[in-house]
Amino acid sequence: MTKSIMLVGVGGQGTILAAKLLTVALMDAGYDVKMSEIHGMSQRGGSVSSQVRYGKEVHSPVIEEGGADILVAFEKMEAMRWLNYLKPSGKVVVNNWEIKSMPIVTGKVDYPKGIIEELQSKVPTTAIDAAKLASELGNSKVMNVILLGATVKSMGLDTLDWERIIKENVKPALAELNIKALKLGMAQV
Amino acid sequence: MKKLLTGDEAVARGAWEAGVKYASAYPGTPSTEILENIALYKGDIIAEWGTNEKVAMETAIGASIAGARSICAQKHVGLNVASDPLFTLAYTGINGGMVVVTADEPGQHSSQNEQDNRNYAKAAKVPMVEPATAQESKDMVKVALEVSEAFDTPVLFRMTTRVCHSKGIVECGERQEVPLKDYVKDVRKNIPVPANAIPMRVKVEARTEKLKVYTEETPLNFAEMNGSEIGIIASGVCYSYAKEVFGDSASYLKLGFTYPLPVGKIRDFCAKVKKIYVIEENDPYIEDQVRMLGFDCFGKNLFPFNGEMTPDVIRKAVFGKACETIGTDGSKVVGRPPTLCAGCPHRGFFHEIGKRKNVAIAGDIGCYTLAFTEPYNAMDWCNCMGSSTGTAHGAQQVFNLKEGEAKKRVVAVHGDSTFFHTAINGLINIAYNRSNTITVILDNRITGMTGHQENPASGYTLQGMATPEIEIEGVVKSLGFKNVLTVNPNDLTAMKNAIEWALATEDEPSVLITRWPCVLKKFSPEDKAEFKGAFTEKYCIDPDKCIGCGACIKTGCPALSLDKATKKVSITRDQCVGCGVCAQVCPPKVQAISKEVK
Repeated sequence: MTKSIMLVGVGGQGTILAAKLLTVALMDAGYDVKMSEIHGMSQRGGSVSSQVRYGKEVHSPVIEEGGADILVAFEKMEAMRWLNYLKPSGKVVVNNWEIKSMPIVTGKVDYPKGIIEELQSKVPTTAIDAAKLASELGNSKVMNVILLGATVKSMGLDTLDWERIIKENVKPALAELNIKALKLGMAQV
Repeated sequence: MKKLLTGDEAVARGAWEAGVKYASAYPGTPSTEILENIALYKGDIIAEWGTNEKVAMETAIGASIAGARSICAQKHVGLNVASDPLFTLAYTGINGGMVVVTADEPGQHSSQNEQDNRNYAKAAKVPMVEPATAQESKDMVKVALEVSEAFDTPVLFRMTTRVCHSKGIVECGERQEVPLKDYVKDVRKNIPVPANAIPMRVKVEARTEKLKVYTEETPLNFAEMNGSEIGIIASGVCYSYAKEVFGDSASYLKLGFTYPLPVGKIRDFCAKVKKIYVIEENDPYIEDQVRMLGFDCFGKNLFPFNGEMTPDVIRKAVFGKACETIGTDGSKVVGRPPTLCAGCPHRGFFHEIGKRKNVAIAGDIGCYTLAFTEPYNAMDWCNCMGSSTGTAHGAQQVFNLKEGEAKKRVVAVHGDSTFFHTAINGLINIAYNRSNTITVILDNRITGMTGHQENPASGYTLQGMATPEIEIEGVVKSLGFKNVLTVNPNDLTAMKNAIEWALATEDEPSVLITRWPCVLKKFSPEDKAEFKGAFTEKYCIDPDKCIGCGACIKTGCPALSLDKATKKVSITRDQCVGCGVCAQVCPPKVQAISKEVK
């Protein structure tokens, strides 16, 4: 049975690296894997998604509405934007983190309130303060790997050989930090 | 050896394995990463950024004539630029095998139109392949080069966004060196004056007849039979989408070699199934052929004519409904349009020009196109790469016929890479035909939008060779422009004065060049010397002084935000790179924004 993981966020948040580590680990574990993402104009502070699908044989590289087993939102409002991509039986991992978009920056509208509560009322939701956890690790940039940790735990993929995967795919100087971040993320679920 | 590759990376791998020795492209989403990845095979393949798609294709043609296997790549609209050499290359043919990649954009994720470049294969009479997956993207490069050499023709390699940017597992091989072919001067083959081109024209038709036989035999076109109820004909990623929806409940005719189409295979397949669905993005390219053969089918009468044919779209069209969803009303979602980055050097110019009422701004393709919207509203029109100068000149000539408020000054705006792409041609036209058009070249020292590719003004080549920086101001002056000024766009006073000066130059054309690096650019040693200290400062706002007037917010910087409750603006420190534009627009009596004291 093909499983689908949808990683969403704002351009620049590191969804692509998280998706890359995930796909490499899945291939390593013997799954067929496909991943799709959109580059280009949306990178400039726009809404972005990386879609990972794995199983015995994967056909479509994209996840359709109502098709994701898990929605991982690197930013709160993005969870709501992409929620329809989740299966009704799916779950959400959400970063309790706000990035204001231009209509909010200019004061035209407010950042929506009560997102986490609404998510929790609809689907099993794990909210994580990845920014706080990342700063405790001393590097705000590992927010993405913390969220990846929570994702793999939620999907029962925490037994894959993550230490080796990270060592083989991130700069040696940052490997230890990223392994710690991944474990910290796993511990949140 | 298995690797996880995107379609673009797989094409690069395929080119390397198939012994390609020369590659060129002009960057364009979703094709950009093809050349970026070919460039990594330094020593085996010469990989270059051409100044535009036409030049890139012409260099690949030259490489083929001289005896190398070559490849050029572009996005769909890029092939419009390169179509002139393509149509005649179809006549002359090749020496070393040659592949022409077109990366189409159903759904227009990053493009100004949704043209279907399969039509180019038919119009130019060149064979075409269409990979569906990353594995096929690699494998088909080799096949395309073999077809190219066997039939003496370039081969069109048609991809789409989801093929280019989707990763899959690819079984990789090693490089097979292909010796350079001898060059033999042959003017009858390579010079299409009418006396030669007329027989070439006949040869092209004969070649197509041979290709019609090949397309029936190639394993790239194959049927998978699962009963006779439903038959699906698809090419490219649509095949994967269809398999996702129908699985083993339908039979498939999967087409990988799509010009000429395998008429015999299509006829056989259609005769075996009761209900035929042709699933394809954009135009009814395959469907038209099916109907010409006399078969009724579901095609554009059922599926949308635009956008991507993702599984949900197919489900809705065929079964009337997509998968069940949670159902959200969207009230908790605010739009997140792409914006100019914090510290973007385009901001200063657009902030100043946006205040002018008596101008029309002719835009171009790049990050700066985003200035059309709030808060700048500083663009009137835009067409294609390099079109700003041409459209501006024509508009200026006509606005000059008008009187009073209807009379406008026209400002053409484009970037450094776009200048060398084709905007330079329009600028030469302005110099030649003498309109009082104002041209603004936003030189951010790199090709920004597509993710930072070197260009003739950046001082480096694709494979990292240092090369003399072509100095834009010098080029412009050499065209005969007398009124040329280079300014730092982050200095708003200088920017405002420069715009006023250009507007005051009423009878002659003028050119402004803003020169400051893209905030995301990896600085070269030359950048570090020229832009010392750039992006190292931080600014902060004194909440006691801020009166919430919103002047700084109107610069559209995403690092700023206005709290509606407290009526105070704050700066997100992580995002601020210290361009100082906000501090300059804070009213002199307020002066709430200042540099952080280190």
